[in-house]
Amino acid sequence: MLSIKNINTHYGPIQALHDVSVEVKQGEIVTLIGANGAGKTTLMMSICGDPQATSGTIQFDGEEITGQQTSSIMQKGLAIVPEGRRVFSGMTVEENLFMGAYHRDRREAEMTAEHVLALFPRLRERYSQRAGTMSGGEQQMLAIGRAMMSKPRMILLDEPSLGLAPIIIQQIFDIIEKLREEGVTIFLVEQNANQALRIADRGYVLENGRVIMEDTGAALLVNEDVRKAYLGG
Amino acid sequence: MQNSKFLSAIFAAGVTFVLACLMLGVKLNTEGTTLQVEGASTEQWTWIGLGIAVVFLSQLFSAQIDAFFSGLPKPQLAKVLPEASVMARLKPWLLAALIVGMLVWPFMVSRGSVDLATLTLIYIMLGLGLNIVVGLAGLLDLGFVAFYAVGAYTYALLSMYFGLSFWICLPLAAALAALFGFILGFPVLRLRGDYLAIVTLGFGEIIRILLNNWTAVTGGPNGISGIAKPTLFGLEFTRRAKEEGAMTFHEFFGISYSSSYKVIFLYLIAVVLVIFVIYLINRLMRMPIGRAWEALREDEIACRSLGLNRTAIKLSAFTIGASTAGFAGSFFAARQGFISPESFIFIESAIILAIVVLGGMGSQIGVILAAIVMTILPELAREFSEYRMLLFGLLMVIMMRWRPEGLVPMKRPHLELKQ
Repeated sequence: MLSIKNINTHYGPIQALHDVSVEVKQGEIVTLIGANGAGKTTLMMSICGDPQATSGTIQFDGEEITGQQTSSIMQKGLAIVPEGRRVFSGMTVEENLFMGAYHRDRREAEMTAEHVLALFPRLRERYSQRAGTMSGGEQQMLAIGRAMMSKPRMILLDEPSLGLAPIIIQQIFDIIEKLREEGVTIFLVEQNANQALRIADRGYVLENGRVIMEDTGAALLVNEDVRKAYLGG
Repeated sequence: MQNSKFLSAIFAAGVTFVLACLMLGVKLNTEGTTLQVEGASTEQWTWIGLGIAVVFLSQLFSAQIDAFFSGLPKPQLAKVLPEASVMARLKPWLLAALIVGMLVWPFMVSRGSVDLATLTLIYIMLGLGLNIVVGLAGLLDLGFVAFYAVGAYTYALLSMYFGLSFWICLPLAAALAALFGFILGFPVLRLRGDYLAIVTLGFGEIIRILLNNWTAVTGGPNGISGIAKPTLFGLEFTRRAKEEGAMTFHEFFGISYSSSYKVIFLYLIAVVLVIFVIYLINRLMRMPIGRAWEALREDEIACRSLGLNRTAIKLSAFTIGASTAGFAGSFFAARQGFISPESFIFIESAIILAIVVLGGMGSQIGVILAAIVMTILPELAREFSEYRMLLFGLLMVIMMRWRPEGLVPMKRPHLELKQ
């Protein structure tokens, strides 16, 4: 569904990604793990076209999206939950959700909203509350819900567990699995390698801008090197 | 803590002393061809000493003073107004009453007040326009007066060279101002914050300098005079019709001529324009584009991640704001009958921005109230006109201390807990 082939990305003269290739098939959960500064978020952003990859190709559903504008890439059935949630704090949950459906018909969007609220009952309780006044976990749910409002076929999640309590992290991961059951393909970037690999079909390990390992989630979970480097021995 | 307080109080008193000495303590007198320095009188020195003492004490006890002021109850708008459900029922009636009041009012007061009200309405229009750009979309624009100038000169020039009437020029002026907003917007909108402010500031000056120097077309610093006044379906408000056979307003209705009809007519046009602008902006704010402006102000990255085209959204805010200013500008030219680049200096941009900030960013009612305050207060304080800028500064300081969110901050829907 998403196929990234040999992309290189630069920030000015600094090269952040070296020949990275990642393949995500329909219906999969694929996770990308790596330490701080390995280039995980850069890879995410490159998919979205900001910064654009300097070489290599990115295809989504067989369509070349390298070099396209971010706004048009994000309207192709791809959605991203950006790092650090980034909900509109001054707006209510309702307004936040409908911002996610900006390009869709209001009536259709309302149906999707109903679906999202069924998935996140917590958001229904807070429907007309300002997003900035909610807890981190609730904001993360809102960010995911907002991304779902465009009815994407694939969601990119950038560190959804960042700064959340363990019990909330568990809930978020449950939701990610639920999303997959609904047929949404998921590409997950995580520092929380243990949990991410547990739900992932396949995983990639990124180090210093290079993919150094690629295997099934279960295999990476027991891999000696991965255990040492990312799972705490 | 106490020590640093004392030091800062001494420092503030010192600054006051230096400033007061330079500005009030010494005077330069010309005697023949030489300048002579003269000290202030004893009485003035007493006042300066008192001022320094006040600054010193207020700095020393600033914590106590703050505590005292924060202890004062803030005006609670919510408590004055009836409950939301009652309010919703009353709202159309209140609005209707307000509009009727605004239409009837000019017939009962003096010409000067009506004129002042018209000026206020112009600033309301400008404030509402800038409110879209600064308050909603969060783009700091310091050259808003440029679009105002474009609107004014559009009408003045079209009327002078082609004899077009006010009513035809009004939409043209708005469209041309919008075009200028669009053209400026393209290169500028990749900038943010301070950089955007500087470029827009420059743009405002460019327009003014262009008008000042393009003497062949704009008349340069002499401006354009004798701009035609608006007519009511071709009826003029002058004593005698300009052209043979044309009717004037008082002839048509068979009433005696009065110069105040013209003033009232201009006021009524302004009322209609303001209502139109408020209605339009209200509609826009309820449309997705209005939400997008706010969303962009809050978080640009999130907006982009949702597939919103930030250039298009910013550009739309810029263009619509500019067209409102063009509207106000062409009306200003028609009311004044004379415009020159003098009317479009930076201080105008600053006043409009002050209106938006004072009113509470993004809030329409706030902007309207602030526009009223900002135009009527200087008129009321005419005796203090020398200290106008001082009062202006004082007002800003008080606002920042007492109500930094603006007079009527933008209302966001919120959940009320029922007890």
